[in-house]
Amino acid sequence: MEKQKTLFDVIGPVIIGPSSSHTAGAVRIGYLAGKIFGEIPQKVKFRLYNSFAKTGKGHGTDKGLLGGVLGLDVDNENIKKAFDYARKLNVQYEFEYANDHNRHPNSVDIHLEGSYKMDITGVSLGAGEVCITKINGYKFNINGDYDTLVLIYKDKPGMVYKVTALLQNYNLNIATMHCDRNAKGQEASMGICIDGSLPESLLTSLAEIDGVYLIRNIEVLKK
Amino acid sequence: MIQLNTFEEVLKEAGTQNKKLYEICQEHEAEILETSVEKVREKVQINLNAMKDAIFSGLKSKEKSMSGLCGDDCAKLIEKYKSGKIFFSETYQKVLLYSFATIEQNLRMGKIVACPTAGSCAIVPSVIVAMSEAANANEEIQINALITAGLIGEIVSNKLALAGAVAGCQSECGVASAMAAAALVEIYNGTNDQILQAAALTLKNIMGLVCDPVAGLVEVPCVKRNAFLAIYAITGAELAMAGINSVIPIDEIVDAMKQVGELMSPTLKESSEAGLATTKTGLEIAQALIQKWNAGS
Repeated sequence: MEKQKTLFDVIGPVIIGPSSSHTAGAVRIGYLAGKIFGEIPQKVKFRLYNSFAKTGKGHGTDKGLLGGVLGLDVDNENIKKAFDYARKLNVQYEFEYANDHNRHPNSVDIHLEGSYKMDITGVSLGAGEVCITKINGYKFNINGDYDTLVLIYKDKPGMVYKVTALLQNYNLNIATMHCDRNAKGQEASMGICIDGSLPESLLTSLAEIDGVYLIRNIEVLKK
Repeated sequence: MIQLNTFEEVLKEAGTQNKKLYEICQEHEAEILETSVEKVREKVQINLNAMKDAIFSGLKSKEKSMSGLCGDDCAKLIEKYKSGKIFFSETYQKVLLYSFATIEQNLRMGKIVACPTAGSCAIVPSVIVAMSEAANANEEIQINALITAGLIGEIVSNKLALAGAVAGCQSECGVASAMAAAALVEIYNGTNDQILQAAALTLKNIMGLVCDPVAGLVEVPCVKRNAFLAIYAITGAELAMAGINSVIPIDEIVDAMKQVGELMSPTLKESSEAGLATTKTGLEIAQALIQKWNAGS
């Protein structure tokens, strides 16, 4: 599905330089990962691959990823000082660099630790477009173009129905939906992009569904 | 809804409605964003102001980039313009200064407007801001010009990905220069046809430009290339305003650029595997940077 182009893809976005793919893309991956994790981590480890690894330091990819995880957006001038900001928040950070041609040229694995642990993979697709492709090993496709509901839950019959029925109650239209699971009867995941935004009360109702382990509402990125 | 697929269609639509290209573009944009033309223009104004902020911050700084390769050229030009032999008129001096100011803000992790990309972010702002000062063009005219620039980029991007990794620098700095040429014609209230001719002439003469950055960074040759292609845009506008037309229509030029991009070796598309990146000096710089960064600085 190709995204509708707008004027502001060409005379924008307003970003921190020097590179839309290696800096702004990195910030957005970090930002989405931070929202998915849902808290400021105590520890975060980034593993940068290929072009991200090779040219990342000169593009500030490291600062972008870290700043993003800490909640800084693509046009925040503090991204340049992300290391200082992390130290101020007592966040331990670490970077690893790897070459793996089975991986996207601009990809990163992020390991986050806080009140719990999470692993997130993201790729930078160019022109500041990004995609979160994995959360804890489950396939996702989160690009920040829509409000996106992220769920991890027990794999059992009726779960997709229960979730979509609640969305129906709020008259919310599903733009896209992706499901995945690790093994039958264990854990599964749903990523649902919504037209419009998710009300708080809906999130509360979703949390009450038996077997739902994790819910996140990832709001559309400012673009 | 009006379709902005080809330049021919847009020119025809504007003619039928007796409107300027920017009017067609802002109405189309309001429709897809489900908002008003006023809101679209407000958003353009925000980006125009961000461009000006980058220029004026850049003029005051000589902080180098993380690699240490670039960052003080704007300051050198300012010094030159205080004294010494000057070839350019005051207006052209401003175009050069503003382009260095903007692109240097980019490499020192300052705030810029990707236009169409971060690596080509200085061309459109330097031309619009400097030439508007020369022409005493007010903010409304500057917004019209920036929308005109955007329309050029948007239509080109329907066929050609605006990314050095896909089609080389012709699709980044080359397209930015065409956008700036079109904007300049709008500042001087040229006709719709002259706007497209300016873009066509500019695109045609930059076709085939490769993306071969030293050490993979947005610095060499990108910094100086932004300045060169800002000045180059003015040539496109000047010719078009004189009624000098491109023999090849702009839609066909974009098709040709796409073909050239496909034929271009992948080693010359942002991968730093040929061209300037693999010159003796280019490789030495890349090697020195690897050592510097492995040493943890």
